[in-house]
Amino acid sequence: MSSASHSSAAPTADSTRLSFIVGLVLLGFLGLIPILSVAFEDPFLLTLFTRIVIMAIAAVSLNLILGYGGMVSFGHAAYIGVGGYTVGILAFHGVHAAWIQWPLAVLISGIVAALIGLLSLRTKGIFFIMITLALSQLVYYLGNGAFAYGGDDGLNIMKRSDFGGLLNLDNRPTFYYLCWVILLATVFFVHRTVNSRFGMVLQGAKSNDRRMATIGFPVHRYQLTAFVLAGMICGLAGVLTATFTGFISPAMMHWSRSGDLIVMVVLGGMGSLFGPVFGTVAFLLLEEVLSSWTEYWKIVFGPLLVLVVLFARGGIDGAMVRGQAGTLLAGCAAFFLLYGIHTAYEDEWLIPTLILVAACALVWVAKWAVDRKKAASHD
Amino acid sequence: MLLIFEQFLNGLQIGLLLFLLAAGLTLVFGIMDMVNLAHGSLYMMGAYFAAVFTEWTGSFFLGAALALPAGALLGIAVEVIALRTLYTRDHLDQVLATFGLILFFNELARLMFGAGGMTIQTPDWLQGQIMVLPGLPYPSYRFLIILVGLLCAAFLYVLVQRTRLGMLIRAGASNREMVGALGVNIKQLFTLVFGLGSALAALAGLMAGPVTTVQIGMGDNILILALVVIVIGGIGSLPGAFIAALAIGIIDTMGRAFLPNILGSFLSPSEASTLATALSSMLIYILMAAVLVLRPAGLFPAPGR
Repeated sequence: MSSASHSSAAPTADSTRLSFIVGLVLLGFLGLIPILSVAFEDPFLLTLFTRIVIMAIAAVSLNLILGYGGMVSFGHAAYIGVGGYTVGILAFHGVHAAWIQWPLAVLISGIVAALIGLLSLRTKGIFFIMITLALSQLVYYLGNGAFAYGGDDGLNIMKRSDFGGLLNLDNRPTFYYLCWVILLATVFFVHRTVNSRFGMVLQGAKSNDRRMATIGFPVHRYQLTAFVLAGMICGLAGVLTATFTGFISPAMMHWSRSGDLIVMVVLGGMGSLFGPVFGTVAFLLLEEVLSSWTEYWKIVFGPLLVLVVLFARGGIDGAMVRGQAGTLLAGCAAFFLLYGIHTAYEDEWLIPTLILVAACALVWVAKWAVDRKKAASHD
Repeated sequence: MLLIFEQFLNGLQIGLLLFLLAAGLTLVFGIMDMVNLAHGSLYMMGAYFAAVFTEWTGSFFLGAALALPAGALLGIAVEVIALRTLYTRDHLDQVLATFGLILFFNELARLMFGAGGMTIQTPDWLQGQIMVLPGLPYPSYRFLIILVGLLCAAFLYVLVQRTRLGMLIRAGASNREMVGALGVNIKQLFTLVFGLGSALAALAGLMAGPVTTVQIGMGDNILILALVVIVIGGIGSLPGAFIAALAIGIIDTMGRAFLPNILGSFLSPSEASTLATALSSMLIYILMAAVLVLRPAGLFPAPGR
């Protein structure tokens, strides 16, 4: 089903432009958040969106290898941990200068990514998924065993990174804009990278690495380079996470965090420029709204994820590219309808959940009926 | 020496639990080429079912006897509703969708059984100790786990090597299309194997229940270990899973038991135990990475893969 729908709806110039424009608008909107936060006197808005912007950086970096390179890394959260721990450990020993902390964190993330990449790129397919998972678990347990730095309890960072009077990171809007600029830079970097010769080889290797090797490209080296670049960018996201929360712990690199990152990328649309940004915003907003309805929000989110995987392969970006504005609108409408019902019923989680489950069941039955009809017409 | 033997038994016990979980995982993986992260959730649900049924009937064995078919039915329901469509998809889709299922089941368990966790009460006669060797008492319940684990391994061996169903399972693992082409109802076989795997996962969960507490997310970490087991043992290979599971159980237990003493000579006790736990966990992943690099198909790959 997936391959058919992809090939039947080749992206036209106009529809890709739609998702491009929406992406730019979204990035611009993200730039307005501190102002909105002041206007609505809602400091939580800024907190939420700082988290979103930081995770978006990590998701964009994962998309470089997952979406464009076809390397399903199930251990990307490890670099968030490495970046965060570098900052935390340096701060613990009294080194607060950002000029030392940040480049060093990126460098070490790059080295760890190079080591993990060297080992895991020897394998393919499911084994690649498993070995990246295993190696990130190794890093996770390293954090757990680092008793000098809090072990599994984690470590508080008492003082934020110091940019020597240039930037005051304790000022929340300043920090937000720093993250935002880094996100813009990352998106721009990925855009330039995938459209360069390097990116073409990477994408060529995704669809057929043997062919690329036969043409004469050292595919392995290209993939490793991309893997290290992604690790370094994600390490920077880890630096921002640690600076933002003022706390590091192994939990930030738990394997389920890596799963979350993959979900963000796939939800938004793999291998598209703005897909991971869409995905991160959708994921974290959905988490926020659903968890305000019910502490059991994952009971809705889990099946939603299954449905996205089963029926909406291209994610949000794919829906835009295929011109399925109707699907997107229906999705948004359903979301707000549920939100309305929920507010009407106050803290009643059961009703929205039941409606959602019923809607899912309906979609499933409809899909099943269509498939059956298709199968019958083939016979 | 006795201490080493006792820790060896502990390792064997954890290894056999891992094997019960990994057996279903490797069969599903081998035959259907399907990564099922939700297998850990079936393990957890099995433990919860056992806890609830034990409380309800007042007998651990009745509870277990009810929990097993419940686990199998749940697995079959999951297969029919969600996973069947995923067989033809790539591994990324399978990982994602089953990751969604983990989220779902963890919350479902929290909703149905509460966040506090449950304990499973074993009968009195299982709470004592027995002498496995002269001078070596061993908790009888843990000994029972070893017995059941070994029995299950033997049962699986006979099932896979000596029965018609096992023949189909082996054939399916080495060439799925050919089995289908020869007129076997492969869909039914998949569901059956999935149900069997789920029952084994539920069994592992309910056996582990009285030792650990039954809690949310208990399946998540052991699932990763089970994935390590099947990758080391070779995907689709039951003997491989058996050996790898025992090796990992023993490495993990020995590491946890003896590393603190070794490290304790130059670290404080609490530091040593933190580091030892982390090190013995790391050892497992280092083993897996080494196997993947040196023998990417695993130590005992199923024939034809």
